[in-house]
Amino acid sequence: MSRAPGTQATVLYDAPGPRSRLRNSVLTLVFCVVLLLLAYLVWTKFEEKGQWDGKLWRPFLQADTWTELILPGLWNTLAAAAVAAVLALVFGAVFGIARLSDHRWVRAPAGVVVELFRAIPLLMLIFFAQYGGSLAGLVVTEFTAVVFGLTLYNGSVLAEIVRAGIRAVPRGQSEAGYATGLRKNQVMRLILLPQAVTSMMPAIVGQLVVLLKDTALGFVVAYADLLNAGARVVPANFGNLIPSVIVIAAIYILINLALGYLANRLERRSRRSRKAPAAPVVREVAMR
Amino acid sequence: MEAVVEELPVILQAFWLTVKLTVVSGVISLVWGTVLAAMRVSPLPVLRGAGTVYVNILRNTPLTLIIVFCGLGLGTVMNVQFSADDLSINSFWLSTIGLSAYTAAFVCEVLRAGINTVPLGQAEAARSIGLTFPQTLRLIILPQAFRAVIAPFGSLLIALIKNTTVAAAIGVAEAALRMKNLFDAHGDAVIPIFLGFAAGFVVLTLPVGLLFGRLARRMAVTR
Repeated sequence: MSRAPGTQATVLYDAPGPRSRLRNSVLTLVFCVVLLLLAYLVWTKFEEKGQWDGKLWRPFLQADTWTELILPGLWNTLAAAAVAAVLALVFGAVFGIARLSDHRWVRAPAGVVVELFRAIPLLMLIFFAQYGGSLAGLVVTEFTAVVFGLTLYNGSVLAEIVRAGIRAVPRGQSEAGYATGLRKNQVMRLILLPQAVTSMMPAIVGQLVVLLKDTALGFVVAYADLLNAGARVVPANFGNLIPSVIVIAAIYILINLALGYLANRLERRSRRSRKAPAAPVVREVAMR
Repeated sequence: MEAVVEELPVILQAFWLTVKLTVVSGVISLVWGTVLAAMRVSPLPVLRGAGTVYVNILRNTPLTLIIVFCGLGLGTVMNVQFSADDLSINSFWLSTIGLSAYTAAFVCEVLRAGINTVPLGQAEAARSIGLTFPQTLRLIILPQAFRAVIAPFGSLLIALIKNTTVAAAIGVAEAALRMKNLFDAHGDAVIPIFLGFAAGFVVLTLPVGLLFGRLARRMAVTR
């Protein structure tokens, strides 16, 4: 059986004949019933606790719930994500390039830093920023602590992406650069980075989705982000934790789906474009 | 430094809880993720749809939100209880539910990528000798797929070990929360305590990476 272009990559089953069509219909019916039963079970459990009461959901139809409580949280989430994204990109570029340095005394420390911050859980970095900062006599706001942690962790991941991206540019490119008399930093700046950026773009956007999701850890240190709005502020006003968390989850999902869609489009585009000599840096299905 | 030595039992206890969270939610998410992957490649559109919806929702929700939903939503509002008198057992299992539900979505995606590495001829050969879809999946496809994704599973396990710290959001006394408590108790020893806990995570994650790397090489399917 040859595959038409655009069909699923693996076809584990044949086009159904009359008997398997019947069997599939029966099974479809069975599983529909099972899924509906599950949904009904969950629904009634929530019903028992009065979670579908109109009065718990009505706040979300009022404009001031959004303008006073939810949107400020969303704004803080986006602000932390944006600042951390810029800093992490800088961090990633610096350490990614440093790890490719010809000098061992640059390469080795950069490698240690990147590996270390990738191994430490983000939440620990955030706690450390808070307590370590005040030990050093600095005033560390929740915002600073969250951005600090996000920058170091995601910056280290981005450093690996940058390194892989630069390495994926064919050797001939840098050799040609050197042959025309360019210096090391010129080769990096004029030849390697511009080509690497195209191939890294999807992986970078993918990591930014992770970064945005991770801003929710600010909840633990009481940063006034979207999750804080949904799980502390709104329920404190209306006593509707479950409805509120569901609404907030929907906002997160929509934003992340949009960013994920962007990443996929970029990936397809850089795969298609014949100009880019470097294969796209593959985003592994990584968690977080 | 003395603070770390003095509090060593507390630190070890914290990491023991981290290990327990990892193992329990790792096993549950492996099973649940495999079921999800099977659903997503099945011939029945209902199952494919249900699997896709589940994975896309869970993957795009912050883990902290999921854990908070489990802890406060299921635990406090819905009054889901695993132990009537011990709150820590309750929060342990509630956070395990959250971690497993979240991780399973990623297990499913990794496994699906693994299924894609199995050559089409394998499934065709299986069908030509008369195996049904469940048999093809169980006997032919999944064994090869699992062997192809050992290394990514290693990365997932490392991520899971680090993700268990998010359970701190609902007060599970695992490593991150214990570290914060020790910061509070020993304000002058923040750096040694931090380095101690960091070392703990390196000790947990490093062997996992090495072990899964070796396993992946040994178990690789030669084609």
